[in-house]
Amino acid sequence: MRHVIDNRVPAHPVPVIRIRRLTKSYGHGDATVHALRGPDDPETGGPAGVGLDIEQGDYVAVMGSSGSGKSTLMNILGCLDVPTSGRYLLDGIDVGHLDEQQLSLVRNRKIGFVFQSFNLIPRTTALAQVELPLAYAGVRTAERRRRAMAALSLVGLAERAGHKPNELSGGQQQRVAVARALVTAPALLLADEPTGNLDSRSTEEVLALIDGLNATGRTVVLITHEDEVARHAKRVLRLVDGQIVDDVRQAPVDGPPPFLYEAEVRA
Amino acid sequence: MILWQTLRFAVGGLAANKVRSALTMLGVLIGVASVILLLAVGNGSSQAVKDSITSLGTNSLTVSAGSAAGGSRATSSVKKLTVADAKALASDGDSSAIKSVAPVVTTSGTALYGNISYSPGSIVGTYPAYFETANQKVAHGEYFTDDDVLGSRKVAVLGATTAKQLFDTEDPVGKKIVLGGTPFTVVGVLQAKGGSGFTDPDDVVIAPLPTVQNAFTGFGPVNQILVQAASADTTTAAQAEITRVLLGTHAIADPSKADFRITNQASLLTARESTTKTFTVLLGAVAAISLLVGGIGITNIMLVTVTERTREIGIRKALGAPRAVILGQFLTESTLLSVIGAGLGVAAGLIGSHFSIVGIKPVVIPESVLGAFGIAVAIGLFFGSYPANRAASLRPIDALRHE
Repeated sequence: MRHVIDNRVPAHPVPVIRIRRLTKSYGHGDATVHALRGPDDPETGGPAGVGLDIEQGDYVAVMGSSGSGKSTLMNILGCLDVPTSGRYLLDGIDVGHLDEQQLSLVRNRKIGFVFQSFNLIPRTTALAQVELPLAYAGVRTAERRRRAMAALSLVGLAERAGHKPNELSGGQQQRVAVARALVTAPALLLADEPTGNLDSRSTEEVLALIDGLNATGRTVVLITHEDEVARHAKRVLRLVDGQIVDDVRQAPVDGPPPFLYEAEVRA
Repeated sequence: MILWQTLRFAVGGLAANKVRSALTMLGVLIGVASVILLLAVGNGSSQAVKDSITSLGTNSLTVSAGSAAGGSRATSSVKKLTVADAKALASDGDSSAIKSVAPVVTTSGTALYGNISYSPGSIVGTYPAYFETANQKVAHGEYFTDDDVLGSRKVAVLGATTAKQLFDTEDPVGKKIVLGGTPFTVVGVLQAKGGSGFTDPDDVVIAPLPTVQNAFTGFGPVNQILVQAASADTTTAAQAEITRVLLGTHAIADPSKADFRITNQASLLTARESTTKTFTVLLGAVAAISLLVGGIGITNIMLVTVTERTREIGIRKALGAPRAVILGQFLTESTLLSVIGAGLGVAAGLIGSHFSIVGIKPVVIPESVLGAFGIAVAIGLFFGSYPANRAASLRPIDALRHE
C-alpha cells in the first residue's frame, strides 16, 4: 500500500498526472462494458481501477489495439470525458469535482490536444487557429498575435500563417495543430495518434517536433498503436482490455527523448 | 476580445453558405417588408378616408328632398325644398348650432370659351356660404359675394378641372365664358381637391344661385340645402334644429313623415374609417405571421448549421471554449441573419411604399418600421437561442466523435 505523497520535499515536483482506481464503464447491468477496469479487486471481485503517475517532463506512449481502452484513457486525461469512478489529479488539481465551465478552463490552460484527424477549424487561417486558445483565455490581441506567430515559427510554418486548412498539406495541418496545442504553454501535451493520417516523411517531421518539445521540458502523452512511434517515447504503457499490462521505461525522465539522444550520439 | 472575434466568426459562418444564408434572410426580409408595407397600405387607406372627410367640408350636413323612409314617393305630398326653407333655417334666431346655410341647385350644360366647348361635370348655383361649408377654396382670383347673389350678376368660379379644360394654361380670371347662352365672367379658380371616387369634384362651375336659376333651372325648388354646423360637436344639435324648422315650414306634425332627409356624410365616413382600422389590423396580422415564418426559417437553418458544425464545436470545446462563447457565437450568427434580413426588409418596405398599391398610396407608420425591425431582431435571438443552446450544451467528446 502506497501512501499519499503530499509531504515530499519540493525537489520532487507534483506529478502532472496522478490517477487512482480509475474506472470507466458504459451501459448498465449485464450489458455493462468496462472500458477501463484495471486489475480485479481481490476483495470484491469487481474492477479495482487503473492507477498511474506521470512525472513532469516525461514522454509516455500509450499503446494498445483498438478496444483496449486507450482512447477512453486519452479522453479522460484530456478532460473531455468524466470517469465512472476514481480520482484524477491534473497538475495537482482534482478535476473530478469541476463543473463544465471549470473543465473548459482546465482544457484551455493545462492541456494541448493533437488529434489524428488534425481537427483544424475550417475556413480559418493558420494564425487564427493558433490564436484561438489564447482568445478563449482572454489574451489581448497584440500579445495573442505575437505568441501565435512564435508558436508557428517553432513548427516552421511562420510563412504559411495566412493559409487556410484546405491550402495546407496533411503534415502542415498537423504542425499547425501542434502549434495550437503548445501556444498556451500547457502542462500536458496530449497527442492521439498524431501520425495516423500522415505519410512517413510528415510522420518524421511531426515526431521530431514532439521530441523537441519534450526535450525542452514539456510533458507528452502520446497514444499510438505503432511501435515505430512508441520508440520515440521515454516510457511505454501497454493497455489490454482496460488494464495496464506493461510499463517499460526506455529513457530517464530528466534526459532527452531517446531518438533525439540517438541523433545526438550519431552526430 | 471576444465581441469582435465572435462577429468575425459569425460573418465567416454565414459567408460559408451564401445561398442558404441569403434564403434565410429573404424570409425575414419578406416578413419585415410586408409588415411595414401592409400597415402602410392600411394606414394610407384610412388617411384617404380622413382626407375625403375634410374635403367634403367640415361639419357639413346635406338636406335633400324625399322621405327618409323612402316610402313617400307613393304619396303625392312630397314638398320640394325651396329657397324659403333655406331662409327659414338661416333666420332661425335661437339656433347656435347652425353656422351657415346655402341652398344649392345643380344642373348641367355646355360652357364655351372662344371656340372651345366643354361640358363640366356640374353647374352649381348657390350662396357664398357654400364655399366654406363644402370646403371649396379659391386658389386664384376670388369668391363671388352676397352682392353678386343679390344682383344676380353673371359671375362664376371654376373648378380646377373645368378651368384646365377651357383655358389650358391661360389665366381664366376676368375672361368671359358662355354657359347655356348666358355670358359669365370668371372671378376665381378653385383649388384642386383630387377625386377619390367616380366623379371629379374639380369638374364644376359655381355661380350665384339666382343667376343659375335665371339661366337654367327657373325659380322653382332647390336640389339641396347645405348646412354648416357651428362645430363638429353640434352636428347632432344642428340636425335636430333643421328637422324642427323644416317640419314647421312644411307643416308636418309627425316627424316620421318628414319629406326631407338629412345626411351627415362625415359620420358615414367615420364608420368607414373604423372599417379600415379593422382592415389594417388584419393586414398587420398576416404580415406578422410571415415574420414568424421567417423566424422559424432561422431556427431551421441554425439547427442545420449546428449539426453540420458539431465537430467544429467539439474542437472549440477541446481548446477550452467556455459554454458562453459557443452560445454567443451561434446567437450572433442567427441575430446577424435577422438583423441583415430585417435591415433589407426595412429598405424594401420603404422603397415599396413609394408605389401606390391597389389605388391606395401607402403611408409608412414610423413605429411600424422600428417595431418590425425590433421584432425581427428579437425573433433572431429567440429562435436562434434553441439551436445555440443545443450547440453549447453538446458534450465535447460526443461533438468530437461526430462525423
